[in-house]
Amino acid sequence: MSGLTENIYLLTPEFVLAGLAILVLGIDLFLPEDRKDVIGWISIASLVLVGVLTLIMLPGHEESLYGGLVAVDAFSLLFKIVFLVIGVFIILSSMEYIKRNFAHQGEFYGLLLFSILGMNLMVQARELLTAYIALELLSFSLYIMVTYSLNNRKSNEAGIKYIIVGAFSSAVLLYGLSMVYGVVGVTRFNDIATAISGSADLSPSLWVGVALIFVGLGFKLSIVPFHMWAPDTYEGAPLPVTAYLAIASKTAAFALVLRFLCEGVIPAGDLWHQWQIIFAIIAALSMLTGNLVALAQTNMKRLMAYSSIGHVGYILAGIAVLSAGSTMAINGVSFYLVGYAVTNMIVFGAIISFFNMTGKDDIADFRGLADTHPLLAASIAIALFSLAGLPIFAGFTVKFYLFTVVASSGFLWLAGVAIISSLISLYYYLQIVRQMYIEKSDVESIEPSAIDTSGEAPTLSTSLVKPSKMTISVLLISLIAVVWLGVYPAPLLDVIEIASQALVMGS
Amino acid sequence: MNGFNEIVLFLLIVVPLLGAVAAMAFPKDNPKPVWGFAIVISSITFVLSILAFIRYDYGVGGLQFIRVFDWIGDPINISLSLGLDGISAPLILLNGIVLLGAVLISQTIIHRSRDFFVLLLALGSGVFGVFAVQDLFFLFFFYELAVLPMYLLIGVWGSSTDFGTFLRTKEYGAMKLMLVLVGGSVLIWIGILALYTQSAQLGSPTFNMIELGEMASKGQFSQSFQSWVFPLFMIGFGILAGLWPFHTWSPDGHVAAPTGVSMLHAGVLMKLGAFGIIRVGVVLLPEGAEAWMPLLIVLGTVNVVYGAISAISQNDLKYVIGYSSVSHMGYVIMGIATLHPVGLTGAVLQMFSHGIMTALMFAMVGSIYERAHIRDMNVLNGLIKRMGTASFFFAIAGLASLGLPGLSGFIAEFMVFVGVFHTYLPLAIIAVIGAAITAVYILRLLAKTFFGEADPQWEHLTDSSPIEKTVGAVFVAILIFVGVWPAPLVRVINIGVDSVLMGF
Repeated sequence: MSGLTENIYLLTPEFVLAGLAILVLGIDLFLPEDRKDVIGWISIASLVLVGVLTLIMLPGHEESLYGGLVAVDAFSLLFKIVFLVIGVFIILSSMEYIKRNFAHQGEFYGLLLFSILGMNLMVQARELLTAYIALELLSFSLYIMVTYSLNNRKSNEAGIKYIIVGAFSSAVLLYGLSMVYGVVGVTRFNDIATAISGSADLSPSLWVGVALIFVGLGFKLSIVPFHMWAPDTYEGAPLPVTAYLAIASKTAAFALVLRFLCEGVIPAGDLWHQWQIIFAIIAALSMLTGNLVALAQTNMKRLMAYSSIGHVGYILAGIAVLSAGSTMAINGVSFYLVGYAVTNMIVFGAIISFFNMTGKDDIADFRGLADTHPLLAASIAIALFSLAGLPIFAGFTVKFYLFTVVASSGFLWLAGVAIISSLISLYYYLQIVRQMYIEKSDVESIEPSAIDTSGEAPTLSTSLVKPSKMTISVLLISLIAVVWLGVYPAPLLDVIEIASQALVMGS
Repeated sequence: MNGFNEIVLFLLIVVPLLGAVAAMAFPKDNPKPVWGFAIVISSITFVLSILAFIRYDYGVGGLQFIRVFDWIGDPINISLSLGLDGISAPLILLNGIVLLGAVLISQTIIHRSRDFFVLLLALGSGVFGVFAVQDLFFLFFFYELAVLPMYLLIGVWGSSTDFGTFLRTKEYGAMKLMLVLVGGSVLIWIGILALYTQSAQLGSPTFNMIELGEMASKGQFSQSFQSWVFPLFMIGFGILAGLWPFHTWSPDGHVAAPTGVSMLHAGVLMKLGAFGIIRVGVVLLPEGAEAWMPLLIVLGTVNVVYGAISAISQNDLKYVIGYSSVSHMGYVIMGIATLHPVGLTGAVLQMFSHGIMTALMFAMVGSIYERAHIRDMNVLNGLIKRMGTASFFFAIAGLASLGLPGLSGFIAEFMVFVGVFHTYLPLAIIAVIGAAITAVYILRLLAKTFFGEADPQWEHLTDSSPIEKTVGAVFVAILIFVGVWPAPLVRVINIGVDSVLMGF
C-alpha cells in the first residue's frame, strides 16, 4: 500500500476524458445553432485522442492505484478500448439522428463522454464503493439520455421507469455493500476474498449482502426476473440511446461482474460452487424468457430488448462456470461480449439509418427493404444471422466458444438449454429477414415525407433518401469485423487471453 | 503435383466462398454477368472435384490430402483439419457435378439474380466443407453454412403450391425447412459438446475427429456414454437425411425451392445427413451405433415404404420426386444401419446415384414448369411429343429410380439389399416391396405426364433449352456409366467403408 498518488499518471486517459467532456459542454454554449454538429466531430476526436493515449501509456502495466482501489491492467485496457470504439461508432451512426431530433446536441455528446468515463472506471474498479460510484456516473448519464426526446411521451415514460428502477436497484446494491462491509469490514475485492476464506463460519448476512449486490447488478443487466424495465425503456428511448444501452452499458456491467467475481468471490473457494447452480438457473431462465417473449414482438426496439435479455442469459451461463485459476470462462464471456457488441452495432446502425429515412421502427415497416435499400437489408440480415449463431459470422464463433466452455465445465444441460433457445431466436430473426427480403414493399412507406414522430423533429421535415456516409462506413467496418471474428478470431482471442490472465493473476 | 494434393480440399471450400463474396460486387439486377461468373466458379470447383476424386489413391486408402491449419489454440484446440477418404471422395465429386448443373440451370433466375448466386455459392462451399473436414467444429460450421442460405433461396425465389383447398406457400416451406434443420443441428451441437467434454475428461480436449476416432477405437468412450450420445447424432443428422418421422420438411422444402436449389438440396444436401451419421456417429461412437442400429434400420424401412406410398398419392410432379427422395434416402439409411460392408458400400453408392438422378428429375421438371407453368400430372399429358428431350431424360432418371438394371440405381439398391439380407432378413423383404411400389408411382407418372394423348393446350410448348439439354445429357451419361461400370466408384467407396467398419 504505497502513497495514494503513486503512478497516478496512469490515469491520464481518464483525466483527459473528463476534461474533454466538460470542454464539449462548454463549447456548446458558444456555438451558433446551425453549427452544432461540429460538437459530434469534436467528441469523436476526443475519444480517438483518449484511445491513442490509452494505447500509448497503458499496455504492459499491471498496477493498482489509490492504494488498491483502481486497477490498471490488461483486462481494463481491453474493455476501455472496446468502450471507446463503441462510443465512436455510436456517435458516427447517430449524428444524423441527433441533428434532426434533439434540441440540445452539445449536452448529449457531453453526457455520452461522461458515461464512457463511467464505464472506463467500472472496469478498473477493484473496490465496492469505487465500483458503485463509477456505475452511478454511467447510470445518471443514461437517465438523462433516455428522456432526451422532450416532446415524445414514450421517451418520457421510458425515462421515468428507468430512473425509478435504476434508483431502486442502486439502493439494493448499496444495501448489499453495507451488509458485506458490516460483516468483513473491508470493501476491496481482494480483502473480501481473504476475509471469506480466512474465517471458518461466516455470518449469513455476508451472503445476503453479496446476493443483494447481484440483485442490484441484475437490474442493471436486465437479467430475468429483474428485466421488466428493459422493453419499455428500449422502446421509448431515442434510438441511439437504445443502441447505447444495449451495446455499451451491458458490456461494462458484465466486465464489473467478472472482476468482482474473479477477485472477490471465486478465490474464496468452495462456497462459489454452491452459487454456480443459482447463476446457471437464472441464466437458463433469462435465455428462455427473453427468446420466448421476443417471438411475440412487433416493434423492432422491443424485439431487440427481449433478444438482449436472451443474450444476457448466454453470457450469464459463461459467468456461472467461472472457476479459480482458469481463464477459459473469462475468455468465453469477454469474447462473447465483443462479438455481441460488434453485431449489435450493425443492427442498430442500420435501424437508426432506416428511422432517419422513414420515421418508423416497427418490424412490418421493414418490408421490401432489400429492394429499396439493399445495403441496409443485407447488413441487418447478416447481423441477425450472427445473433442467431450462424456461420460465417461472429455470432457463431462466440456462441460455440462460450457453450463449449459451459459444457466442458460440467454444465452440459445448460449448454443444451442455450442451444435450444438459440433455435427459438432464429424464428423471430427470420421473421425480420422475411419482411426485408420476401415481402414486397408498399411504395408509399419509403416516400420521404411521412414522418409522424409526434413533434420529435422540430427543424427538419424532409427525410433522407439514402443512408449517410457515416452510417455506411460504420456498417461496412462492423460487417468486416463480424466476418473476421467469424472466420479468424485467433488474434482477438490472444488479446483476450492476456486480459483474462491479468484477472486471474490479480486475484 | 504434391502441392496440389495439399491444397485441393482447401481450394474446394475457399473458391466458392470467395466467389460468393466477389459476386456481391456485380450489379443487382443484371442476370447475365453474375450467372457467367457463377459458371466460372462452379466450373473450377467441378474440375477440382474431379481431380480430387481421380487423384485419390484407392490402392492406399485411408485419409489423403491431409492438411491442417491452426485456428484456435489452447485451451479449446480447434484446427481446420482437412482430409479425404473413400466415402467423402465420391460425395465431393457429386457436389462438384450437381453444383455446376444447378448453376447452369439457374439461367432462368432474373429477379435479384446477384443475391441468388451469392447464396448458392455459399451453400456449395458449405457442402464441400462438410465432406472435407476432419474437425467437429468445422464440420458443424460448414453444416450450418450449407443450411443458412436455404431460407432465402426458397423464400425469395421459390414457388407456392395450390392444393385447391389450401395453399402451401413458399414462406411456409422455407421456414419449416430452416427450423427443422436447425432443430436437428441443435442435437448435433449438443452431441459435439458432449464428445468434447468426454475427451476433456480423458485428458486431451479436442474436436479433431482423427484423434477422437483413435480414442473411440481404443474403447475409451464408455458404453453408456455412447448409447446416449449416438441418438443425438442419429436423429440430428437423420433429420437432414429425411429420416422418418422427421422427413416432413423435405417434400415441402423441395417443392417450394427454385429448380437449381431443389437439385442441390435433394441431390447433395440430404447426403450431408447420411454422411454425418457415418462419419460422426458410426466412426466415433461404434458401440452406440451397434446399440441403436436395430431402431435405425426399422425407421429406414419405414422411410422406404412410407415415402413410396406417399409418392403414389401425389399429383404434383415435384411432390412425387420429393417423396421419392424420402423413399430413396430410406435405402441409404438402411444400408448404413446394416453395418455390413456390402450394405454400407451400397448406401454410399446410392447417395451418389440418387444425387444425380434426383437432380436430373428436378432439372427436367423445372424445365417443364418453366414452359407449362403447371406441375399437375392430371393436367399435363403427352409431353413426349412436345418436349421430347426433357421427357426422355426424365424417363431415364425415373427408370434409374425404380432400379432398372443397367442404370446406377440398380447397383446401389442391389448392394443395400444384399447387406440387409445378411443382417435383417424380414426387413429386406419389406424393402423389396417398397422398391416395387416405386415402380408403381414412377410408371404412373411417366404414363400420365409424358405418354398418352397430347392435349392441344400443350401445343405451344417448346423443348428444353440447349443448356438444359446439355446438363440432362451429362447426368444421364453418368447414370448409365455408373450402372454399367460401377467399379471406379465402388473400389473407392469400398476402401473407405473398410476403414469405417474396422472396429466392428
